Amino acid sequence: MEVTQRNLIFSKVDSKNSNEIIHYLAEKLFKAGKVNKDFEQAVKERERVYPTGLPIGDIPVAIPHTDVKYVKQSAIAIAILKNPVEFHNMAKNDESINVKIVVMLAMKEPHSQVDMLQKLMKMFQNQDLLTKISNLDDNDEIYEIVSKQID
Amino acid sequence: MKKILLACGAGVVTSTAAMNKLQEELDARGISQDEYKLGQSSVAEVEALSGQYDMAITTTQYDNDAIKIPVINGLPLLTNIGVDTVIDKVVDELDLK
Repeated sequence: MEVTQRNLIFSKVDSKNSNEIIHYLAEKLFKAGKVNKDFEQAVKERERVYPTGLPIGDIPVAIPHTDVKYVKQSAIAIAILKNPVEFHNMAKNDESINVKIVVMLAMKEPHSQVDMLQKLMKMFQNQDLLTKISNLDDNDEIYEIVSKQID
Repeated sequence: MKKILLACGAGVVTSTAAMNKLQEELDARGISQDEYKLGQSSVAEVEALSGQYDMAITTTQYDNDAIKIPVINGLPLLTNIGVDTVIDKVVDELDLK
């Protein structure tokens, strides 16, 4: 089973803040049967204590996630935001970053998706690719690009 | 044998990515894998585990005066921005060859 799925990629998502987008993606993962009902709350709490904004160039990314125990099947859900929302910087809690792309990670096993993570990080470093993705409004097109990078 | 602990919020996602990048960079500098050992945890476990390690690399903000080993910020291992500086610190601090 591939980790990226067509039905878990969303473009032009309108969210006012990080909590809203976390709710949006967590609900999608829950409805797709990937995570249990406590996943969303756990991600929100984790984000408060250990923020996940990555200062990675012109198109910063956030990777909200939580403990593996809330996950039923590994998946990632991706949202391209209509307008950037603030996430706190992973390395400096008191700094915030305007995030344009949110990649919610639902990992079933600790340390198991190494390969996928590496590819994801590599993709984040390709700012040209991120710029391209962030301007697309067709979910399928985004899926084609992302799945080629990751799966 | 020097032991390096990589820690992130959950001890699952970002520390894994950071650990692999560190391994890759140390390999690229020709440092033998017999010289060091890598471990992984959540930041909450760093204090308890610090006695068993020579250095901790955290991807999250981490301030704890109780830690006696050097702690460095490992976010560049994820973002690739400033990664050489991190590797320099690891190599110098632990005197890896």
